[in-house]
Amino acid sequence: MIASLSLILLCQLAGEVVVRGLILPVPGPVIGLMLLLLLLLARDRFAVLARGPLQGDGVENASRGLLANLSLLFVPAGVGVVQKLDLVAAHGIAIAAVLAISVVVTLLVTVATFLVASRLMARGRRAP
Amino acid sequence: MSENPFSLWVYLSQSPLLWLTVTLLVYAIADAVSLKTHRHPFANPVLHSMWIIGAFLLLTGTSYTTYFGGAQFVHFLLGPATVALAVPLYENRKVVAAAVLPMLAALVAGSVTAVASVVLLAEAAGLPRAVVLSLAPKSVTAGVAMGISESLHADPSLTAVAVVLTGIMGAIIVTPLMNRMGITDFRARGFAVGIAAHGIGTARAFQVDAVAGVFAGIAMSLNALVTSLLVPLAVTLLAR
Repeated sequence: MIASLSLILLCQLAGEVVVRGLILPVPGPVIGLMLLLLLLLARDRFAVLARGPLQGDGVENASRGLLANLSLLFVPAGVGVVQKLDLVAAHGIAIAAVLAISVVVTLLVTVATFLVASRLMARGRRAP
Repeated sequence: MSENPFSLWVYLSQSPLLWLTVTLLVYAIADAVSLKTHRHPFANPVLHSMWIIGAFLLLTGTSYTTYFGGAQFVHFLLGPATVALAVPLYENRKVVAAAVLPMLAALVAGSVTAVASVVLLAEAAGLPRAVVLSLAPKSVTAGVAMGISESLHADPSLTAVAVVLTGIMGAIIVTPLMNRMGITDFRARGFAVGIAAHGIGTARAFQVDAVAGVFAGIAMSLNALVTSLLVPLAVTLLAR
């Protein structure tokens, strides 16, 4: 458990170092995600790597535990609304409406693009 | 026993222990209620934890800074949880590899729509420029959005609130909306909610369907990449 969490933190740390070092416009944890993915893929290729948290579902279980409670992690940021009550009073309804419309439009555009692209792909595969 | 219960409160209300406990306890109750209602969209645990804790802070006159002293331990885990998304991605690599092209197309269309729609709508609603800038990165996960907001000299704490509200709205709307539209492809449904509503949408997607959850997680991490590049550009082009 501790070794698995350490591995996750180590990936994030390496991600932050890469981002700061190369001044990339990407968040550190996203690079950390890619590193962990590469490690997992490399483990299947090279048996040498299958030790510690990378064996017996160690890092897998720790990650599943974190992701099972993903929504909890947004609560502290959300409670920050108490600092913004004057803004809520002044523009709350407009902000809520803007966010709601934007979410619906984004959901529809994304899902439509995904479906159209996957249908075009399927047709492309059948045609030749 | 302390002679004065008030002095005990003064001590506890300044300690991280109390606020960490309140955060976990309120969420645990909100989550149990959500489970009891078979994950009804309106029983969203983040939404209810937010207003209950917020009201408690206002009633006890506690500042957000004091509260965050305890809650930061939870907030910190957003980073490791992003890294942890590598695991569902790895476990579903075959499904994902088969859908790379639709994903890339939907990623570009979705990220652009998320940023452009909010900037244009906020401008049309006549919101002040500082608010428009703070809302722009609202569809990416909290840590990333706050970083973008900072680099635009906007208000990162307002951005954080906009991010969480967007996530909650997306998580509430997605299931009824997709059912009404008759969309049964859980890859597409998950991907859309990951783009529009980041981690809270992803948490919702994992509740509905495992494949949807995986696609939401991928969408959320890819969107973090794209939006970091896109927001400064969109703000230059679209905002006055």
